[in-house]
Amino acid sequence: MAASLVLPKLVGQRIKRREDPRLIQGRATYVDDIKVVGMQHLAFVRSDIAHGRILSIDTSAADAMDGVEAVFTGAQIAELLAPMPILTPFPSPDHRAVAVDIVRYVGEPVAVVVTADRYVARDAADAIVVDYEQLPAVVDPEQAMTGTPVVIHADFADNLALPFLPGGTGVAADFTVDDTVVDQAFADAEVVVSQRMVNQRLAPTPIETRGVLAHFEPGKGTMTIWSSTQNPHTLRTFIATMTGLGQDQVRAIAPEVGGAFGAKINIYPEEYVAAALSKRLGLPIKWIEDRSEAFVATTHGRDIIGYVDIAARRDGTVVGLKLRLIADIGAYNMLLTAAIPTLTMQMASATYDIPAIRATLTEVFTNKTPTAAYRGAGRPEATYFVERAMDMLARELEMDPADLRRKNFITPDQFPYTTQMGAVYDSGDYGKALDLALQNAGWADLKKQRDAARAKGRLVGLGLSMYVEVCGVGPSSSFPSGGWEYAQVTIERDGRISATTGASPHGQGNETTFAQMLADQFGVPLEHITIHHGDTGVVKQGIGTFGSRSQAVGGTALHLAGGKVKVKMAKFAAALIEAHEDDLVFEDGMISVKGSPESGKSFADVAKYAYVPVPLPKGLDPGLSEEAFFEPANNTYPFGCHISMLEIDRETGEPTLLRLVAVDDAGHLINPLIVDGQIHGGLAQGIGQAMIEEFRYSEDGQPVTGSFMDYAIPRAADFPRFELDNTVTPTPVNPLGAKGVGEAGTLGSTPCVVAAAVDALSEFGVKHIDMMLRPEKLWRIIHGGQP
Amino acid sequence: MAQVSVTVNGKTHTANVEPRLLLVHFLREQLNLTGTHIGCDTSQCGACTVLVDGRSAKSCTIFAVQADGSEITTIEGLARDGRLHPLQEGFWEEHGLQCGYCTPGMIMSAVDLLNEHPSPTEREIRDGIDGNFCRCTGYEHIVNAIQYAANKR
Repeated sequence: MAASLVLPKLVGQRIKRREDPRLIQGRATYVDDIKVVGMQHLAFVRSDIAHGRILSIDTSAADAMDGVEAVFTGAQIAELLAPMPILTPFPSPDHRAVAVDIVRYVGEPVAVVVTADRYVARDAADAIVVDYEQLPAVVDPEQAMTGTPVVIHADFADNLALPFLPGGTGVAADFTVDDTVVDQAFADAEVVVSQRMVNQRLAPTPIETRGVLAHFEPGKGTMTIWSSTQNPHTLRTFIATMTGLGQDQVRAIAPEVGGAFGAKINIYPEEYVAAALSKRLGLPIKWIEDRSEAFVATTHGRDIIGYVDIAARRDGTVVGLKLRLIADIGAYNMLLTAAIPTLTMQMASATYDIPAIRATLTEVFTNKTPTAAYRGAGRPEATYFVERAMDMLARELEMDPADLRRKNFITPDQFPYTTQMGAVYDSGDYGKALDLALQNAGWADLKKQRDAARAKGRLVGLGLSMYVEVCGVGPSSSFPSGGWEYAQVTIERDGRISATTGASPHGQGNETTFAQMLADQFGVPLEHITIHHGDTGVVKQGIGTFGSRSQAVGGTALHLAGGKVKVKMAKFAAALIEAHEDDLVFEDGMISVKGSPESGKSFADVAKYAYVPVPLPKGLDPGLSEEAFFEPANNTYPFGCHISMLEIDRETGEPTLLRLVAVDDAGHLINPLIVDGQIHGGLAQGIGQAMIEEFRYSEDGQPVTGSFMDYAIPRAADFPRFELDNTVTPTPVNPLGAKGVGEAGTLGSTPCVVAAAVDALSEFGVKHIDMMLRPEKLWRIIHGGQP
Repeated sequence: MAQVSVTVNGKTHTANVEPRLLLVHFLREQLNLTGTHIGCDTSQCGACTVLVDGRSAKSCTIFAVQADGSEITTIEGLARDGRLHPLQEGFWEEHGLQCGYCTPGMIMSAVDLLNEHPSPTEREIRDGIDGNFCRCTGYEHIVNAIQYAANKR
C-alpha cells in the first residue's frame, strides 16, 4: 500500500483558482487570439441615423479596393439568411441581420465587407456610401406609446411590442383580470405611497467585446464557429438552423470569454453573417467588435419605467401593491428581449407577504439598440421598484426602514411560499439576513454617526434594502431552450478524472469549483481532475451559463454524473478486493472497506482494471464514464440585505459611498473566495447603476454616451472596501443546497445606495431621486430645485 | 511601409510595417504575443497596457513606428525562469481576476505603480489603476493583489 495520503475536504474551502495560471501569464486564448489559415476579416457598415429609409448603397469604391474579397448589402445577405429568430412567444416584427429597406437604430448593420486585412476591412467599410431618407425617430417609450411622431414597425400600432400583460392577484390563466381584491386592499388602506421610477438604460460592457470566427470547411460540409458567448450549445442550434446545416455538422466553441454579464446570451446578427458568409465564400471569417460598435451593437440592459403604488396600514402592514411596468425594448426583439421584463413582474412580491398585487407589463419599441439580459435581468428592476417604495413608505410612516421590512417579511415557516405572482419561493430566512446586516453595519450606532455628521452640516444618509432573486434557471417550463444542464464524468485509465459540463463559464471559476466537488466525491487530489467546457465537440449537450445557474443546475448535473460513475467503480473495486460494494469508501486516493484502509486498492488500480477487466465482473460493461441531465423542479431564490452609507458634498453635489455592508444567502457555498468575487463584481455593477452609469440618447436617437469617454463604468477609486457576510439557507431544489450567486450583488446595492442619497438630502424634502446620482442633479436639489 | 526595430521581452524584432499600424496590433498580429488585449478604441480601458522602456503605456495609443528603438515588456515577459512575478502571484493568491481579460494590462500597470510607489497606500493603489477598467471584480481583490506584491518585494 502506498504511503497514506490524507486529502482535506475541499467543498466550502477558499481554494485559489485553477484557471488563473494561464490568465495571469497572457497564455489564455480568447476569440481574437485565434487564427485560421486563409482567414478573412469582416466589417460592418452601420446606420448612423436612428430611423430612415435606405435610398441607395454605393459599394463601388469598396469593390475596387485592393484586398477586398466581397461586399454584401442587406438585400444580398437576406438571400442567405432568414429573418432573425427569437425564443419568446410574443408576436415580433421582421428583423433582418442586415437591414434591407429601413434602419431603426443607430448601429444597425447596413452592409458588410470581407477583406484579407483587418485595417483594409475598415477602409472598405468607410468607403461605402449609404443614402437615406431620414424618418422621425422616437426615444421616449411613453411618447412612443402614443404612436407619434412615428410608428416604427407597420404592424405594431402605437409601437406596442407587447401591449398589455397582466399578472398577480385575480389574474386567470387566460389573462382575464379581476381587480376586486386589489381594489379592496387599496380602498381599505390607511396610507398609499405612489411614485413613478425610472430604471435607466445601461451598457453591459464586458471588457472583451464580442467576436466570432466562423470556419466552414467545404470538403467536409461542416462548420466550426468560435464565439465569445455564454451558451455555445444554443449558438450551435441557431447557426445550424440559419445556415441550413444539421446540428451534427456545426461545432460551436466558446474559447476564453472575457466577461459577458448577460449580453453574450443573445445570438447576434454578426454571428449569423460570419457563418453564412464563411459557407458562401468557403473561407474562414473573423469579426471582432470595436468598443464603439459594442456600445450600439451589443444589447443594452434595464430601461424600464415603473409606476409603483404601495398600500399599507398605519402600523406598517403592507396590504397591497400595484406595479405598472413600461419596458423600452429598443428597435427589435432579440432572442430573449421580451422575456426579461416578465421576470420583473414575477418578482414583484420581493421578500414580503403581500396579499394583493397587480403587476402589468407593456413593452414598447423605440429607435434605440435592442435590450436583453444584463446582470440580474429583470430582478434588480423588481427589487429597485419595491424596495424604493418600501423606503418611501417607511419615511411616510416615520418608521425605521428595517422595522418596516421585518413587519412584512415572509416568515421561515411559510416556505415553500407561493407569491401572488405565482412564484414558488423555495426557502428563506429574511429576518436572519436583516439582523446580521444590521449587526455588521452597527445600525443603531450608524444612525447616531449620521445624525452627528448632519449636526455639523454634512449631508450623510443611510440606505437599506432587502432582495430576493430568482436563480438556478430552469426548470424547462421556465426557459424556452430547456432549463436542465448536462455533465459527463469519465475516470480515465490512469485514474485521473475528465469531466465535461454544459455550463460555459466566463469568469465564474467553475474549473475550480467543479473540481472541488469531484475531488471530494471521489477522494482524489484536485490536481487529478480536468473540467472541460465551452465546446460542443467535447461537451455533448448543454444550456449554458446565465441566470446564476451554473452551480445550482450545472453543478448538480456534475454531481449526479459523478454519482453514477462512482456506483459502477465501486462494483469494479468490490470485485477486485472481494468485498461488498456497499461497504466501500473512496478516500485519500484509495477505495477500501470502511474502517480497514489496508484492505484497499488505489483509485488508479481500480480504474485500470475497469478498462482491462480480466475477469469481467458479472453484469458489468467495461469502462467508467457516465453522463447526467439534471432538470430542477423549481428555480432557487437567493436573498440578502444590503446597507449603505453615503455622503453628498453640499458645494458640488458629488456623492461618495462611505460604506457598503452586504449579507447574502446563496445556500451552501462551494468556494467562498470565488463567491466573494462574484458578490464584489455584482455590487460594483449595482452601485455603478445607482451612481454613474446611464446610456443616453439625444431626442433624435443619437447615442450620447457611445464611448468610454462618455459612458462611465466604475473605477477602483469609486468604491470603499465592501463588508461582506453571509447566512446559509440551503435550497431543497437540488442535492447541493446551492442557490446561485452571480447576480446577487446587483440587486440589493442599487436601491440601498439611492435610499442613502434620498436620506442624505431629506432636509430638502426630497422623497425619491431617479438614477443615476449625477452631481448636477443632487446639486439642484440642494439648491432648491427638483431632482 | 516603415522599418521598425523593437526589443520585446528581451528579443529584438525588425519588421516593415504600415505607418498606421498600432503597437498593440504589431505585438498581437505580427509577433503573436496575444496576451496583450484590446478593450476599447479611445485609450480608456487599459487592457492593452505594456511597459515601454520601463514605463506603462497603452499600446493602442502608440504607432508601432513610434516604438522604434524601444524596449518593451508584455505580460508574456513578466515571469522569469519559470517563476511568476510577485504581481502575478498576488493576482492568483488574492483572486484578483475573474474573466482575466483586463488582467494583463492591469498587472503591467501595477508593475509601473509599484516601481513608483514601492509601498503604496490603498488610496494610491486605487488611484494608480484609474486607467485600467475591470468589469468583473469590483477591484477590491485587485487592490489586495497589488498589496500582496508590495509586501513581498
